[in-house]
Amino acid sequence: METVKINDLACNDLPWKVIYDTKRCTLCGSCVAACTFGAIKPKVERRRKSFSDTETPEPKISFSATPVITQVNILKQFCRGCGVCERVCPNNAIRSERNPDSRFTVVSQALTGASPKRGGRNNLEVQARTLDTIRVGRISQMTDPSLDAQRHTFDCLAPFGRILPAGKLPLATGSDGKLVKNGQTPPVRWIYPVIIGDMSIGALSWRMWEAVAMAVSYLNEECGLPVRMCSGEGGMPVRLLKSKYLKYVIMQIASGHFGWNRIIKAMPHMVEDPAGVLIKIGQGAKPGDGGLLMAAKVASHIQAIRGVPKADLLSPPNHQGLYSIEESVQKMFLSFNAAFKFRVPVAIKVAASATSVSVFNNLVRDPYNIVGGFFLDGIDGGTGAAHDISLDHTGHPVVSKLRDCYLAACAQGRQGQIPLWAAGGLGKTGNLAADAFKMFCLGANGVFTGKLILQLAGCLGNEHSRCNACNTGLCPAGITTQEPLLVRRLNPDRVAENIVNYFLAMDQELRKLMAPIGNSSLPVGRSDCLVSTDKAVADRLQVQYVC
Amino acid sequence: MCRIGAIKSLNYFHPSKALHLMNSQQKGHDNSGFAMIMQDLGGMFADYKDKPTISLACTDEGLMIAEEILNDRGFRQVFQWTPQTTWKPGMDIKKMPNYVFRTFDYPEYCKALPQKDREELLTDTRLQIRAALEKNETGFVYSFWPDVITLKEIGDPRDIGTFFGLWEPDDSFTAKNITAQCRQNTNYAIVRYAAHPFFLQGYVTLTNGENTFYQKNKEFQSTLHPGYIGFESDSQCFLYTMHYMHRQLGWPLQYYKHIITPLPFEEVVKRDDREELLAIRQSLANLEINGPNTIIGTLPDFTMWVVCDAKKLRPIVVGQTEDTVVFSSEVCGINEILPDRDWETDIYPNEREIVVVDNNLEVQRWKQ
Repeated sequence: METVKINDLACNDLPWKVIYDTKRCTLCGSCVAACTFGAIKPKVERRRKSFSDTETPEPKISFSATPVITQVNILKQFCRGCGVCERVCPNNAIRSERNPDSRFTVVSQALTGASPKRGGRNNLEVQARTLDTIRVGRISQMTDPSLDAQRHTFDCLAPFGRILPAGKLPLATGSDGKLVKNGQTPPVRWIYPVIIGDMSIGALSWRMWEAVAMAVSYLNEECGLPVRMCSGEGGMPVRLLKSKYLKYVIMQIASGHFGWNRIIKAMPHMVEDPAGVLIKIGQGAKPGDGGLLMAAKVASHIQAIRGVPKADLLSPPNHQGLYSIEESVQKMFLSFNAAFKFRVPVAIKVAASATSVSVFNNLVRDPYNIVGGFFLDGIDGGTGAAHDISLDHTGHPVVSKLRDCYLAACAQGRQGQIPLWAAGGLGKTGNLAADAFKMFCLGANGVFTGKLILQLAGCLGNEHSRCNACNTGLCPAGITTQEPLLVRRLNPDRVAENIVNYFLAMDQELRKLMAPIGNSSLPVGRSDCLVSTDKAVADRLQVQYVC
Repeated sequence: MCRIGAIKSLNYFHPSKALHLMNSQQKGHDNSGFAMIMQDLGGMFADYKDKPTISLACTDEGLMIAEEILNDRGFRQVFQWTPQTTWKPGMDIKKMPNYVFRTFDYPEYCKALPQKDREELLTDTRLQIRAALEKNETGFVYSFWPDVITLKEIGDPRDIGTFFGLWEPDDSFTAKNITAQCRQNTNYAIVRYAAHPFFLQGYVTLTNGENTFYQKNKEFQSTLHPGYIGFESDSQCFLYTMHYMHRQLGWPLQYYKHIITPLPFEEVVKRDDREELLAIRQSLANLEINGPNTIIGTLPDFTMWVVCDAKKLRPIVVGQTEDTVVFSSEVCGINEILPDRDWETDIYPNEREIVVVDNNLEVQRWKQ
């Protein structure tokens, strides 16, 4: 008889339970081999069986040794519910099931004395999404007929770069009565209004990063969609830095400056300018935290690109040289603008916060006109790794904050001067076109997305705490790992194809939303075409309440 | 749907022509009002071309308020015309107690000022009167500018014509440019200010269309100039955009089209002037229209022009004789007042051109 050891970790303390059916199992071992977390293992159980082999009951007892699959009760190897075991099992003999009685949060801290971490997303969101209470409600009828989504010409592009007010444009009337530009203006690129958002080459496996880069190149070169991707903090392969495809990449610099040694060294060899530079100040999923790349993912090629040993890589929570917004404008923005001789737009990414409007106001009033974009990242954004406490209890939704920034710009007559780009949970339900369109109407020039791209690649995680193990380096889909065996699970061509197809479908869907409101260019700031069925949302965002 | 019209002539003509132009198209509008702006005035106003005329419809109290403001600012009245009105029971007109058309001499202190400063004074004065009249809704001031008269009223345009005695032509009340329209605002509240044509500092526009970027236009324009107010109609935005581009920025007329209906990116990048056009598009993205529109307008020098947007769902025809050019939503309007013209020379402007008529009646078609 077993004694009760109440203080030992038990499987029913864990967030997921492995449900296993001995009768269906053929002991092929696929599940154990596929589980990257080591959450299941084979073992032999002693089975007792009573039987009778005579005409009248004469019970006999037999004992046998039966091989089975079982869940392990080791904290580091807890089941993440990714479902890979179920995917590989030929007989439907095994699956994981969410444990509603999990004691994980308590026991993990009690046993380790450390703050639990995870990758992925905020999982505490239980309320309806703001954007889902909003509809495109001003449909063109008789007075301004709807357009034909299939046949009309649509201009689905967004500016990236600092835009001067008309009165400051260096234009003079020439002798032929035409305006001629006679001075320098800040660089502005018109790009697709959805940027593939900053996921670093350390956070993603090399195959995943390559797949995104391939998809972006294909969208540009073959589909005519000028989609841009952001490198994330962590540099880029030198071969890409020196290639013509650099023009499709926005290079990010964050507080750790990872990868920039190589970038700077590659500058004399660049044949194209990058699409832009994005200075990351904060991230929506974990505002106030710097980047975090666990040692498990710092593989040799990551060490080479970043110039670091195999160790946990923690970016500081802020840029160490900057102590004020004004200083950031003068130092960082000026440096990066100068680095590319004022040919490349330089933008900033901040976490949505109660103070976002103040930051935005400071930047939009900067006298140097060198801030080329305000990227606002909300609480529902993803992350490669963060402390649970940050993911679950810090952050600010992006929708109202984006609207606040736009209205602040309107109040000063400065709307559009610094393009607003928003992210953080957009496309969470799978439809990015609808979310993006609503954000445009609320004042965003464009949106950026990361998590959705992972979903397109086959990410098994979700908003209900499934998997979310990007931080461990054990990604069962080969997306956020640097383990060669796991990375090979991912087919980069298929991933690139998925991303390309999604963008093509999304482009059609954007037209299907622009056409009924009669617009052939993006309806940035057209909140008059939105309605909300939620009075509080309607009031907060200044859109029409309908019921 | 709305109908708009404009007549430009080498000779002075009576507004009855504008009434006939619009009346023939009356099945296309809802006969809910009549509004017109006369520029380059003849007849009794011919001797006062350099002096500002106020166009005002108001109550007795409103008149006193306006007079006080004009007096305080030092304007001295030199001429006044009071239309002889005829009201009969059954007429469909929401008449005001007073229709005031008075011409003033500039205050002494500003006679030495540059032209632009005097013009700002006129606008400031009109805005002050407008604000004062709005308090108790004691009146409406439409224009206060040299060589310009504005008349707007709610009701059946035929009755409005009869009420003001405009059906019978004479030589005393004439102009070389008249823009007119016969419909009250139907999108929003019926307010006299909402009736086209709109006027600001010599610029006039009137529109048949829909401004789907109204909110963006309005939010942007509200901070640009103190005269950009009201927004009772989404079409006022087109006037303010023209005023901003031409007067404030000093850009040539041809760029109006590039602001309100920019070329698609795929076309712009093929052009030699792409840098300028892209700079204009991105800086003035909030002034794009993005809805079906035809806009007729005049500049302070009385150049008359018309544009329509890429969606081309609002018709416009330009017909001409040696001494007259007529813009009309429907060709029947032109047939009515220029029955003997060569209709084969009628112009049906396309969505990428501006048709411009100068004071010699030279008609030019500019491709965007």
